Amino acid sequence: MKNEDFKYIKATSLEEVFALQAKYGENAQILAGGQSLIPMINLRMTSPATLIDISGLQDLKGITHQHSPGRVAIGALTTHAQILNSKTVTEHVPLLAQAVPHVAHLAIRNSGTIGGSLALADPAAEYPCVALALNAQVVLKRKGGERRVSAEEFFQGLYKTAIEPGEVLTAVEFLEVAQNQRTFFTELARRKGDYALVGLAINLTLQGSVISSARLAFMALEDRPVLAKQAMKSLVGQSFNSTTPHLSANVSDALRKDISPWGDLQVTGETKSHLAGVILGRALFEMAVQNV
Amino acid sequence: MSDQSLEISLRVNSQEVNAQVPVRMHLAEFLRESMDLTGSHLGCEYGACGACQVHVDGLLVRGCLTLAVQAQGKHVETVEGLTEKGVLRELQNAFLQHNAFQCGFCSSGMLITALEITNHYPNADREQIRDLISGNYCRCTGYQSIVDAIESVLKDQRLRNQLSAPKAQSEMGVDK
Repeated sequence: MKNEDFKYIKATSLEEVFALQAKYGENAQILAGGQSLIPMINLRMTSPATLIDISGLQDLKGITHQHSPGRVAIGALTTHAQILNSKTVTEHVPLLAQAVPHVAHLAIRNSGTIGGSLALADPAAEYPCVALALNAQVVLKRKGGERRVSAEEFFQGLYKTAIEPGEVLTAVEFLEVAQNQRTFFTELARRKGDYALVGLAINLTLQGSVISSARLAFMALEDRPVLAKQAMKSLVGQSFNSTTPHLSANVSDALRKDISPWGDLQVTGETKSHLAGVILGRALFEMAVQNV
Repeated sequence: MSDQSLEISLRVNSQEVNAQVPVRMHLAEFLRESMDLTGSHLGCEYGACGACQVHVDGLLVRGCLTLAVQAQGKHVETVEGLTEKGVLRELQNAFLQHNAFQCGFCSSGMLITALEITNHYPNADREQIRDLISGNYCRCTGYQSIVDAIESVLKDQRLRNQLSAPKAQSEMGVDK
């Protein structure tokens, strides 16, 4: 065994999880799908004294579509594979559906969960980026209450989120896509399923063929997924159909001001900055072609 | 430290098993060390290489990213069990024919991923096969021969389906 020893408790209800969290405090970690936590434990990057296994909590599983306001709620323990195969997601949250095939590999997708990925807040993960682009609401429950935190407030830094001690991320809610909304996800990775060098989730609202609002969320650039706010502004008012494979100069200038990427083991920050412009150009072109 | 261990009961291949396992032991290690099923290989033990893959209740998972105690009440099938069932036979023959086994370290995990492809992605082309096996490392073959082997099984499978149901509309979409 490579990992350090820990105490393991399989929770049978959310109430029990709250009680266990209160009892074991900061030394306890929640185990959901385990596809990030277990590797970190195996590598001894983290050594929680107690693991609270919530994988048996049925209430935290599944995808529901609610009407007026139309939104899709996804339980924290829903796996990547379940999201990938969900018609509700494909139809009503197409951006998420487009992103899931990029999440890890077949076997990992059968175990890993959306709640686990959001709570971990890896800056190179797809769900946080998609959640930010759609400004999804993250549902946090605690003993005797719950609150909703928008994705913009939720991701606070490297593996750092708005989750307070005593809280459990139980679901995430996405507004269903509107008629005049266009979304797109793309990423560059050395090998399919690996961590992206850079990734991008786009969420545009159109008035006729003119962009009336734009959200661009980039991943794997900084300590958390980031909105390219200047570039978003510069896209507003542009005609969607005339978008060319080459980004207009003002959008790419704005983008350069928005982001200050970190280098990683694979590429420098400068390269990431360049690649961010490349995938934005490609994505807008692709979207315009699809829109015709 | 706790040195905690728990009693689990599960089914491994065709065998009902009761065992006392340390909570920190992962499933692949349990299979290898306690069950003597050494077909599941330990390469990286952090989910990158795919050599430890097994089925848990019919789902493909990484044996090193599942704790043995999490298999409580479940049905675990290893490459040994799947081989005995015969479901890997065609793939194993194709791997031999195309020289897709070299050192053999990745083979058990690779075969189980290949089974996932032949079961769920019957129309996968070479590029899709490459994507689908991207979670399994092979350090010998350069993947070419593995893709050849899987592709040949998919082709045979499609041919058989055509012959057995010449008029039926096929629903073999790549479920992606």
